[in-house]
Amino acid sequence: MPYDPHPNHEGFLNSVGSPIQHRFNPHTDNGGTTLAIAGKDFCLVAGDTRQSEGYSINTRYAPKVHELSNGSVLATSGMYADSVNLVLNIETRLEWYKHKHNKTMSATASAQMLMTVLYQKRFFPYYVFNILGGVDEKGEGCVFSYDPVGCYRRETYQAHGSSAALIQPFLDNQCGAKHQNIKEELLTLDQAMKITKDAFASATERDIYTGDYLEIFVIKKSGVTKHKFDLKKD
Amino acid sequence: MALVNLNDVLSFTGNEEDSAFDDAKSSCMNFETSLNFKLPTFSIQNLSDVSDIATAPVDFLKQQMSNENNSRIAIKKGTTTLAFVFQGGVIIAVDSRATGGAYIADGGVKKVIEINPYLLGTMAGGAADCMYWERELGRRCRLYEFREKERITVSAASKLLCNIVYGYKGMGLSMGTMVTGWDKTGPGLYYVDSDGQRLKSDLFSVGSGSTYAYGVLDSLYDYNMSVEDAIELGTRAIYHAGHRDAYSGNTVNVYHMKKTGWEFIYNKDINELHYKYAAEAKPSTLS
Repeated sequence: MPYDPHPNHEGFLNSVGSPIQHRFNPHTDNGGTTLAIAGKDFCLVAGDTRQSEGYSINTRYAPKVHELSNGSVLATSGMYADSVNLVLNIETRLEWYKHKHNKTMSATASAQMLMTVLYQKRFFPYYVFNILGGVDEKGEGCVFSYDPVGCYRRETYQAHGSSAALIQPFLDNQCGAKHQNIKEELLTLDQAMKITKDAFASATERDIYTGDYLEIFVIKKSGVTKHKFDLKKD
Repeated sequence: MALVNLNDVLSFTGNEEDSAFDDAKSSCMNFETSLNFKLPTFSIQNLSDVSDIATAPVDFLKQQMSNENNSRIAIKKGTTTLAFVFQGGVIIAVDSRATGGAYIADGGVKKVIEINPYLLGTMAGGAADCMYWERELGRRCRLYEFREKERITVSAASKLLCNIVYGYKGMGLSMGTMVTGWDKTGPGLYYVDSDGQRLKSDLFSVGSGSTYAYGVLDSLYDYNMSVEDAIELGTRAIYHAGHRDAYSGNTVNVYHMKKTGWEFIYNKDINELHYKYAAEAKPSTLS
């Protein structure tokens, strides 16, 4: 008897007799963690560079923090392919804005733009959790945090991605002075760098989707500087 | 394969008086199946052969956003919001918790959306849906002011929003909002949701904690109460919802709508309110 790949022809039943559901699943989570902290005259945006799918690591260096042409920095986590297209879309709009108005878009304006860009795909969303970091019109650091369909809010610190639930409570305590009998104050750049490095080193210990390298972008009125550090590679 | 498809559509007959058709016919007479090269056709794929996204976009999106799906798009949900009309205007009180599943995604959400100095909207359901469409409502209300040289009524504004979301009915929008304001007819309060429902009343509460809030509101609400008492009632109702509903909590935001427009009253921590209320004497029941 020839081999029959589908022994149950009626309705393609599986081994326990229930119908097999076939469904197109376009969204995948490529893991990774991002973080941003706003300071008095700076903004720090960080992310690891591991890119995985299931239990496989696709690459150890796929940057998910992107420096934009208007001087702000976008940290993306979630689906990598969607994030690449989102950044492309935003960069196009920033360029068109520059040609139309003969000035670069401010960080706060690009924050509002990102909301509309995300909401325009409300019925087939970009599966990306964004954090936009920059320096506002007053020269103060600003962090904007988004959900995949564009709900956003200005924050002073935010973590997104696979380790968000590990890092956010740590930031609440260290940056937001939660459950401490001290007044909440904006961090210095030195403090923010230390907290970021500790957060990622610790997250790497407990989260399989975070690791390899840590990229930190520091945005000031004078420009953006990029730092790269090693994380554990197992 | 492509040529076979082209030959299939030879039965094309154009309008004799159509000059474009004549042009096309005369300019390529030397080909056997000439017309089809000049006027190319294409076959439309049978939709049921393509992916789910083409056949059932609504089912597809619902599945993508459902809680069972691993790579779901977590929409921030769970809320308690309330608003009521009284002699001093309208009080609007909301909590500030946003949850994605069991995770508290944000504890400081602004669930009162400031549409313009005389209009407020509240946020329940999909946070982005409320945020985006109430912003759009603000734009349309401004255009209305330019056209009509007067402020839009709360009734008209809420109907604008209602008509927008009705146009998207069945496509998965999720919003339960109260539109409040003060116009030429006085204070206004409307409930609008993504089903396209629009209701007018003196008292509403929306969200997962609304039943708890209604319990407090219904037992203590009085149209003739003072502004201070009304603010306290709104705060207390949100506190009780935040206490019993796990999807609500963190802080209370209170707004007061007056003849001169809205005023932000305060933001209070529900945890601190808990110990404040615990220290107070309990009211005697059925006395």
